[in-house]
Amino acid sequence: MKTLEATQLKCIRGERLLFDALGFRLHSGQLLYLRGANGAGKTSLLRLLCGLAQPEVGQILWNTRPVGEQAEAFRQDLFYLGHHNALQEALTVDENLAFYAALAGTQPDAADTARALERMGLRGCQRRVVRHLSQGQKRRVALSRLMLNSASLWILDEPFVALDHASLDLLANVIGQHLQRGGMAVLTSHQQVDIGGAQVQSLELGR
Amino acid sequence: MTSSSWRSVFAAVVRREIALAMQQKGDVLTPLFFFVIVASLFPLGVGPEAPLLLRMAPGVLWVGALLAAMLSLQRLFAADHADGSLEQMAISGTPLAVIVMAKVLAHFLLSGLPLVLIAPVLGIQFGLDARSLGVLTLSLLLGTPTLSLVGGIGAALTLGVRGGGVLLSLLTLPLYIPVLIFGAGAVEADAAGLGVGAHFSLMGALLLLSGLFAPFAITTALRISLE
Repeated sequence: MKTLEATQLKCIRGERLLFDALGFRLHSGQLLYLRGANGAGKTSLLRLLCGLAQPEVGQILWNTRPVGEQAEAFRQDLFYLGHHNALQEALTVDENLAFYAALAGTQPDAADTARALERMGLRGCQRRVVRHLSQGQKRRVALSRLMLNSASLWILDEPFVALDHASLDLLANVIGQHLQRGGMAVLTSHQQVDIGGAQVQSLELGR
Repeated sequence: MTSSSWRSVFAAVVRREIALAMQQKGDVLTPLFFFVIVASLFPLGVGPEAPLLLRMAPGVLWVGALLAAMLSLQRLFAADHADGSLEQMAISGTPLAVIVMAKVLAHFLLSGLPLVLIAPVLGIQFGLDARSLGVLTLSLLLGTPTLSLVGGIGAALTLGVRGGGVLLSLLTLPLYIPVLIFGAGAVEADAAGLGVGAHFSLMGALLLLSGLFAPFAITTALRISLE
């Protein structure tokens, strides 16, 4: 049973106080839905959780130990997808996915990659240069990494944006399966998406 | 993660940098052409005064290499920062220092080494003899890795900053000056019969120092830029 806990988080961006004394507790199998208007600090909170930014005040605990004390172990168990697709436009889909597999310390498996791409509706796109894909396709390549990683904690910033109905259902499915396998997820979304059977916590920012 | 997986991540990053450079050859060739043009303009501008050109040669070629190295620093982190890849590297299971060193090595291979290889050809325009050309090439080989390491710090600090190019020059050029002085000085010392031992030892020391401190400095600067 893994846990992610945030206590007394305070975040200041520029000169604005985004949130103060924010806390939550998440354990394996749970999903945290971050809600709030644009500019309320959702992305900032996600970046704090990833360790990309440091909070003014407060702590983030992974399995009851501060993240700062176990940065490497925490990051190996973390998958983050922000607004950027983080894909190199000049390289092929295959090359991009292989790079991220290597970063995560795993061997890129051609069969797994093909299966993940097919599930995202991108069958046969392995050799295509990313620059030649549509925006939606690029996003789906980025999302296909979800099926190719073994991290317990998924932190996703607006993963449902610009997805068509079928892809939306598929992504909700993938997240649901991840939670059932004992993973946990934190995500933001303006859309109301039903992740079947998940234990959901909700956190509203900017009130 | 074990050190053997660090090695495979290191290799994967270097391979990726090279693959990207192959796709965007202009990025890599532009600083090289700049070096060639700058080095070729001096003999044309100064005129055919052989002794003068001979004296100027080490300094001019070293400054040209320095400026070309600085031109190429922009592409060290900027593209990855813009498309979110740098963030992914910062939160991956591999220490960022490993990834950074791989990028710096790739930068040296793609931007520094070509300068080293083409310098002797350019040196001929200045009338340098074979021995001096050899010393010049060696001094550049010893100095360009340091340029990549130290330049990486500036590149990391000025990431995403508006007008970053100018700021990068202001930050990095002062740090390049020791390398320039010892590098160009080595050729002159050898021509004067004093031997290159002292100069090359100092350049070796600079390389070791920057090799020790740059990874830490670059990683810290990157995390600050990513905040």
